[in-house]
Amino acid sequence: MRAFRAILAREFLGYFRTPLAYVFLAVFNAFAVSLAFFVGSFYESGVANLDRFFLYHPWLWAFLAPAAGARLWAEERRQGTLELLLTWPVTVWQAALGKFLAAWLFLAAALAMTLPMVATVAWLGDPDLGTIACGYLGSLLCGGACLGVAAVCSALTRSQVIAFVTGFLACFILVIVGYGVLDSLLAGAVPPERLGDVARLGLWRNLEPFTLGLLDLRPLTYFLSVALAGLGLSTLLIERR
Amino acid sequence: MALIEARNLSKSFGAIRAVADVSLSVDRGEVVGFLGPNGAGKSTTMKLLAGHLRPDAGSARIAGHDVSSEPVEAKRQLGYSPEGAPAYGEMTVREFLRFAADLRGLDAPAERVRETLATCHLTDVAGQAVDTLSKGYRMRVGFAQATLHDPAALILDEPTDGLDPNQKHEVRRILAGMAERKAVIVSTHLLEEVEALCTRVILIARGEIRCDETPKSLLARFPGKRMDEIFRHLTA
Repeated sequence: MRAFRAILAREFLGYFRTPLAYVFLAVFNAFAVSLAFFVGSFYESGVANLDRFFLYHPWLWAFLAPAAGARLWAEERRQGTLELLLTWPVTVWQAALGKFLAAWLFLAAALAMTLPMVATVAWLGDPDLGTIACGYLGSLLCGGACLGVAAVCSALTRSQVIAFVTGFLACFILVIVGYGVLDSLLAGAVPPERLGDVARLGLWRNLEPFTLGLLDLRPLTYFLSVALAGLGLSTLLIERR
Repeated sequence: MALIEARNLSKSFGAIRAVADVSLSVDRGEVVGFLGPNGAGKSTTMKLLAGHLRPDAGSARIAGHDVSSEPVEAKRQLGYSPEGAPAYGEMTVREFLRFAADLRGLDAPAERVRETLATCHLTDVAGQAVDTLSKGYRMRVGFAQATLHDPAALILDEPTDGLDPNQKHEVRRILAGMAERKAVIVSTHLLEEVEALCTRVILIARGEIRCDETPKSLLARFPGKRMDEIFRHLTA
């Protein structure tokens, strides 16, 4: 347990030892808020909820979760510290779980910094705070799913840049399938009546119920499965290096 | 009981046979100099012993624990410093050692870190980030990390590589001071190091052990020859 705590703390604080954390937090917040205001016409909509704020979160996570997750294993390989870590008396699973949770916690910190948005809508109108809390939970789970994808990409390479680019591409596909963008591409391979099921694999389709205040089991299972599958697969990749 | 033991270890990377049927055994009080040309399989053998790589065949044991089937128990008894002494560069020396102590679950970690800093002459740079240190200090950080928990078995991959003569002397002095309580394997390219420090020489070439004996008996087998001449003769 102490080893797990030590890994968790080192990884989490590790973000703040480099400028990465501050750049990440600034970019995340700038984009989260400006997308809602300028692209989503949050203010003009005249509705006191955060639908238009959460709408862009799959895009944000698709870009920024791989940025935060790229270092998970790639950096250990590059520095040669993977050899140290894995010859210390900890299991690969302990190390992997500690690292993954630390990265997720960091994403949660970025998300928490957008809480003034809640104060804004509360000041402008009378929002349903339960719905907003549910939206935040959904967004955090969505970030975890992207992080799962990023962890796998990071476990495959010693280059953080490659880990980031491949992670972003994989998450990008998860975002766009939800908008039916791939429908014409998939038309031959998937029967037309099943195209809706493909879209259900997209991030937004699963985040949407949360933003409406619905705590549905299906999207919850979807996000957690993607996150855990990513964690599991990345750990196996490291274990069988 | 041998503290470090390899039985018929083999490891290939694709078509390249890096380690071929290597068996060795190191007891308490022995300092084994692990010699061989570059690419001979020294580092691979050490990685197999430390549990970083899995062997294709054979087994490794540290203090009686099989590295594959009881990895955590085996690693508890082992101090290992990989080639180039990697460390988390953005941490300070003290933070890095404290992290290692926590991962090893040591009692009184702060005290152990303080003692190790003193033994390895790192106290002056304890608050500096590892990345900012000179090579000599970095190698000592690797050495400190490996000896932090006073392990029964110590495996050091080129611990004096890139050090100046004074620093080399210092590492050897520290190592000699702890040698009688431990089983030690040190890989090196420095033949004078073997004569100065080691109680035994294991020479490896093309993944196979070419000799395993005391430096004295090795020199006696080739009367009138220097260590470097013997090295060339056995590895060519």
